[in-house]
Amino acid sequence: MVKEIERKLPVVHMCTIVPISQTVGANRIVPTIAIPHPLGDPTKTPEEEKILRRKLVERALKALQTDITEQTVFTE
Amino acid sequence: MKLELHRLNVKSLKFGDKTGFADGVLTVNKSELLALISEDELLGKNLDVDLAIPGESVRVMPVKDVIEPRFKLEGKGQVFPGMISDVETVGEGKTLVLSGCAVLTAGKLVRFQEGIIDMSGPGADYTPYSKTCNVVLVLEPADPNMDKHDYEKACRTAGLKAAKYLAEACKDVKPEKIESYEFAKIRDAMNSYPELPKVGYLYMLQTQGLLHDTYLYGVDVKKILPTVISPLEVMDGAIVSGNCVSACDKNSTYSHQNNPVIADMLKRHGKDFNFVAVIVTNENVTLADKRRSSSYATKIAGMLGLDGLVITEEGFGNPDADLIMNCWKAERLGIKTALLTDEYAGQDGASQSLADSCPEGDACVTAGNANEVIILPPMQKVIGYAEEANVIAGGWNGSLAEDGTITVELQAITGATSELGYTKLGAYTL
Amino acid sequence: MAFKVIHYINQFYANIGGEEKADYKPEIREGIVGPGMALKAAFKGEAEIVATVICGDSYFASNMDEATNTILDMIRKYEPDAFIAGPAFNAGRYGTACGAMCAAVAKEFNIPVVSGMYPENPGVEMYKKFAWIVETPDSAIGMRKAAPAMAKLALKLLKGESIGKPEEEGYIERGIRKNMFYEKLAAERCVDMFIAKLKGEPFETEYKMPVFDRVDPQPAVKDLAHATIALVTSGGICPKGNPDHIEASSASKFGEYDITGVNDLTSETHCTAHGGYDATYADQDADRVLPVDVMRDLEREGVIGKLHTKFYTTVGNGTSVANAKKFGAEIVNRLVRDGVTAVILTST
Repeated sequence: MVKEIERKLPVVHMCTIVPISQTVGANRIVPTIAIPHPLGDPTKTPEEEKILRRKLVERALKALQTDITEQTVFTE
Repeated sequence: MKLELHRLNVKSLKFGDKTGFADGVLTVNKSELLALISEDELLGKNLDVDLAIPGESVRVMPVKDVIEPRFKLEGKGQVFPGMISDVETVGEGKTLVLSGCAVLTAGKLVRFQEGIIDMSGPGADYTPYSKTCNVVLVLEPADPNMDKHDYEKACRTAGLKAAKYLAEACKDVKPEKIESYEFAKIRDAMNSYPELPKVGYLYMLQTQGLLHDTYLYGVDVKKILPTVISPLEVMDGAIVSGNCVSACDKNSTYSHQNNPVIADMLKRHGKDFNFVAVIVTNENVTLADKRRSSSYATKIAGMLGLDGLVITEEGFGNPDADLIMNCWKAERLGIKTALLTDEYAGQDGASQSLADSCPEGDACVTAGNANEVIILPPMQKVIGYAEEANVIAGGWNGSLAEDGTITVELQAITGATSELGYTKLGAYTL
Repeated sequence: MAFKVIHYINQFYANIGGEEKADYKPEIREGIVGPGMALKAAFKGEAEIVATVICGDSYFASNMDEATNTILDMIRKYEPDAFIAGPAFNAGRYGTACGAMCAAVAKEFNIPVVSGMYPENPGVEMYKKFAWIVETPDSAIGMRKAAPAMAKLALKLLKGESIGKPEEEGYIERGIRKNMFYEKLAAERCVDMFIAKLKGEPFETEYKMPVFDRVDPQPAVKDLAHATIALVTSGGICPKGNPDHIEASSASKFGEYDITGVNDLTSETHCTAHGGYDATYADQDADRVLPVDVMRDLEREGVIGKLHTKFYTTVGNGTSVANAKKFGAEIVNRLVRDGVTAVILTST
């Protein structure tokens, strides 16, 4: 799916299992927390969770604003 | 370590006044068994027990787990340690096995992830549990809105209790067959068969939450670091299934108890290789866990000086990443690997079968394409709820036709593409 | 009664002419023309060529859609049981036409389709997933071998017999995985293969690990404050109750849902249809998979121009790559149409 989108629009793949994303061929990758809750952490309070989520989304936006020539994993 | 399996061969089932075994028939006292499982207040009032015999026009669905009745006659501990028995280590002494018999936990769905077992017809060819005489527990939650984790646990426990109860009731019957298994201490194993390669089995377990969990001596396996276990402990129920999502390739408790990879490796031990250890590992939901567990499991194999590892996956999708990491990490330590998985190649078989891959995975056996579609003709009797066909993994809205025919992917059939290799199914490339 | 077969050939094999006649328009003739004779001999009366379609290679290549539709209409009334095209040997345009017609006929009439080509014919790579292509030599000298092999395979398919491995049956590997019951348990096969590998003996893997293709990265988003960002997920987030019945596994569809005015996904409004992970957390708060709440904040603060009014969702669990590709292509077309700048895709 990610590759078909990349043919026409910039896309960032937010996922937990980065190696699969790399094998499959996503270009901009942001690692997330866990498979059942990539953008959340049920052990935290809702407020903390939202801060965490915002951080990850901001990282994804940064990835979208970065020119790349090869697969890149954005960890900060 | 030495374990004897004392086998009684169950060829049929019937209800009767006293639970016991005679002349190939297991008699089940229904009210006694019902009373036993009703003890759990998390289960509802309308529980039932039913019987399903090979060849009957019976469909059981949705099925959660399959368990073989076993009971320890001698030796430390009791079957299913840490689950319904004390945490004492098992795998030694004598264990009674009701061969050809299984307990199925079925009934109200936990969450659209359970499977189908047909006792006859085309579906029966695909599930190993059409060949067992099945005591079916039809379960429901005490409260339809209760926490799903609690209900899942209640179903799981009911199955284990029933399996132990049935075998225990036969404990005074003279066994029809006694099999003896031995597994050497690591020190002795290292000095045996110097001419043969030292090998192990890397036993991957699905550990991803509700209906995706596995237990080792009662410990949720997602919380362990990979560890070493004797194959004989597995025979006594040290590993218990809490998962069945996409039921085709989830290891039932029955398939752990009868793990065919272990069985075959024990057979070849001393001839083709020196079978030194079983390493259990998990398939967790974070990348850090996946990396840690694959590094740690292969590290153990390296510390043991193994020359080779058979690796079995449980599940598909993200666990493919665990499988692949285990594979290349072992290979790069100089440990040769053979992989056992299954495939999701699409209904037409034209898509890639795995979500991840590596060039080191050059010896790969698959238990078939779980996406292949099968038509299950109507059965005279359905134990459970046929309408769940429209929502279980492998089904779709419209899977159940008016006449009772069910069209689903093999994915929905319990054990159809078992990655412990418990079926003869496989695939080839057209 | 014999099975009814339609045969497709080009202008050259119909004896109409060579390159100078390659713009010949589709035509259908009752009965056999040209190489159909060799097929007839091989059918031994079990199947019969009821009509032969003839089309110029250049005409087909430059008018593919039109030629395909014309030919489908021509053969419809014959109610054929099978369709055979070629053999095309190493003729590129002819092979492509044979492959394209086989694919179209299989889709339209759901009947067996067989062609014959030299492995390097470009038609092979393009159409092997859609048709049975018998391996032939590179020129027409191979007709004597090719026609009986094609006829034999077609008969097997017509009779509904199971088809063996490519090397047994003589066709070019299609890359389609097919289930079969082996003699031994998968566990035993695995231990056998393991022992062979340990001993350094030859063995054949049952599944060759896939190699995935690549797409070049798109340039970066320059002006985020005026960009429209869309959310897409394979985590199955959908309005509560899963109104479109997206499957828990092996999804056959994706959902498109409006989030105009939605500032937060809650357990009251949204859930997951995904059957491949523990759904507890996504059902409690779907923002954990599809971050609508945060995106709204960022929109309000002017960090991004706009959150797209719709989100797209499917279930990645057990869903074939082919379907995922199809969904991706369709979704991106709609996003481009709606003026979206970039996409955040979340996976579970």
